[in-house]
Amino acid sequence: MSADTILAVEHLTMRFGGLVAVNDLSFEAKRGEITAVIGPNGAGKTTVFNCITGFYKPTQGRIVMNGAGGGQHLLERLPDFRIAREAKVARTFQNIRLFSGMTVLENLLVAQHNPLMQASGWSIGGILGLPSYGRAEKAAIERAAYWLDKCGLTDRADDPAGDLPYGPQRALEIARAMCTGPELLCLDEPAAGLNPRESLVLNDLLRFIRKEHGTSLLLIEHDMSVVMEISDHVVVLDYGTKISDGTPSAVREDPKVIAAYLGVDDTEVQKVEAEVGL
Amino acid sequence: MTTAPAAAEPARPSLAEAFPAALKDALFAGIIALGVFGPLIGFKTAQDMQNRLIIETRLGLLVAIVLAVAAGRLAISLWLGTRIRYATAAPKFTLRLPPVLTTALPPAALVAVLIYPLMIYSLVGGSGALKWIDNFGIQILIYVMLAWGLNIVVGLAGLLDLGYVAFYAVGAYAYALLATQVIPATFPSLGVWAFWICLPLAGILAAFWGVLLGFPVLRLRGDYLAIVTLAFGEIIRLVLINWKEFSNGYEGISSIPRPSFFGTPFTAAPTGFAAQWGLPFTPVYRTIFLFYLIVALALITAWVTNRLRKLPVGRAWEALREDEIACRSLGINTVNTKLTAFAIGAMFGGFAGSFFAARQGFISPESFTFMESAVILAIVVLGGMGSLVGTAIAAVAMIGGTELLRELDWMKAIFGRDFDPVQYRMLIFGLAMVTIMVWKPRGFVSTRMPTAFLKSRRAVSGALVKEGHG
Repeated sequence: MSADTILAVEHLTMRFGGLVAVNDLSFEAKRGEITAVIGPNGAGKTTVFNCITGFYKPTQGRIVMNGAGGGQHLLERLPDFRIAREAKVARTFQNIRLFSGMTVLENLLVAQHNPLMQASGWSIGGILGLPSYGRAEKAAIERAAYWLDKCGLTDRADDPAGDLPYGPQRALEIARAMCTGPELLCLDEPAAGLNPRESLVLNDLLRFIRKEHGTSLLLIEHDMSVVMEISDHVVVLDYGTKISDGTPSAVREDPKVIAAYLGVDDTEVQKVEAEVGL
Repeated sequence: MTTAPAAAEPARPSLAEAFPAALKDALFAGIIALGVFGPLIGFKTAQDMQNRLIIETRLGLLVAIVLAVAAGRLAISLWLGTRIRYATAAPKFTLRLPPVLTTALPPAALVAVLIYPLMIYSLVGGSGALKWIDNFGIQILIYVMLAWGLNIVVGLAGLLDLGYVAFYAVGAYAYALLATQVIPATFPSLGVWAFWICLPLAGILAAFWGVLLGFPVLRLRGDYLAIVTLAFGEIIRLVLINWKEFSNGYEGISSIPRPSFFGTPFTAAPTGFAAQWGLPFTPVYRTIFLFYLIVALALITAWVTNRLRKLPVGRAWEALREDEIACRSLGINTVNTKLTAFAIGAMFGGFAGSFFAARQGFISPESFTFMESAVILAIVVLGGMGSLVGTAIAAVAMIGGTELLRELDWMKAIFGRDFDPVQYRMLIFGLAMVTIMVWKPRGFVSTRMPTAFLKSRRAVSGALVKEGHG
């Protein structure tokens, strides 16, 4: 593992009963890069994400997160909320999970729960109305306002999150994840359901996050325009196995990837299967 | 009747046209009424001269009620049938209070509550005031406080708790046992201060039991959570019934010390409250003091709840109700969040319980049945989950309503001397609840007020707010 690796997935296997969703997967994501995980439907991409963010406990393997301060976290051993809190891995969901009955601003304040909790003296100082909590909340609202501005949601700040159209909901989920102050942001199909114009705005937002905040990104995506445009490194999964790993242009030329996505002629099946290792 | 209907409007159906359908409606309503009221009202058990139980029939009353229902249905059907039917649905009736009224309501209600006992006392005098302050004032306020406590668990955190009465019982028994046994045995000189010492202890004990209940139910959601909390409530009650050495079983605990006026007891003795303040002795002073005490306790509950909602822990409760998985992905420890909701909700239940014990002077497991949990939960749901104002309105309507139904003596003039309106209390009450839930399915106050805002605070429609799934 080299020094600039932020996340190393080593020999990750996830079984659900007899189904092997992820099979002996290893890859690395570099600090400050955008790493994309792609693959056909059912390839195990979301399962990998759920293992990294602690929603599944992997059957086998190791997931190492190298913190900016030099600390190392073994994610497969941490419960999900500590992965977000201590290892600083934030995520979004394929089917958007916002707090729909809370306002856009409140969504971003919930994301800053842990620092605010500390500032409120685990609620005791907050109930007594100590000024330190007031200051912390003001700072939290400023931080939220900053991300609202970056996502173009300032005008909707006081509307319920459930009232937003689909595209802004996606953006809000990214803003909410960024409010936790992550080092690694995992995005599960951020461009799904977006129109081409919204996709472009999303690309800019993701580039901005990487450039200005130094946050590394790991994203699952079907939209090749997003993947090829912004990612530095692409990992291709098929049936839970890694079939390709490299720069976008290298992956695009890889015959295994083409075979997995487009299928091949009957005459070539045996050759391709031999290459893939089936 | 000179104005002709506009040409565009369809013709209004005449009475004769509407009559056959209305008659059919009325007939069905009569049959249903016969089915419902036949067993309920048609038969009555009574004891004859030999003390045997015999069945009496009340056909006259039954026929009268069935005819009344059928006639009422006929009238409604005729009225609906002769109205013009428009193709589009009529706008749904909604009660929209002017904003001034909504913002002015809580302070106005508070002022009304504060002057209520004094007003009643000056209007009806000593003995009459006792009933009005105790049954209507204190009784309702206990439920307001209980409902506000449960609101934290059910309304904010979205955890369906059917055993809330258990914490009420823990608070009541904690006060009763500490004040009747522990304090006289250890520090008898503190006797007059018993209530003030035990109140916080009862709250802490109830919070402890809240955490104890919280642990096993952490993994459960929805129906499963409801069943386990229901069982917990029953376990506490059954332990209180059966562990006689501890709780004296069904006989309960009597002569529980009453609260003192910060050390001055409400007795006729020269050291008592009345003598100290140079007033003639009457039991009303204690009742008025208890009234203000429960007002203060309820206000503390409301204030703490409001404060907590604006703190990270309160936002985490509401976020938990909205989406637990998203909470975990944001680094929120959902276990602790749920436990604090259970503990703080239980603590207020414990305070209310110890007040209840001090007010009654006698408690037994009979006071802590599942029915109580159901009533408190009904208040929270009826009020609109999460809303303090709505919950208070619902408590007044539910508890005040049931108490008012005791005062239905005038109905005897209509239905005869045998008619006992108290027996129909629950029937009328159930009908009222069904009506309210049909009219306002999300409770009296269905909107949610945001806890923070950037430019303007606008209420969130109830349609977007989730109820939580355990």
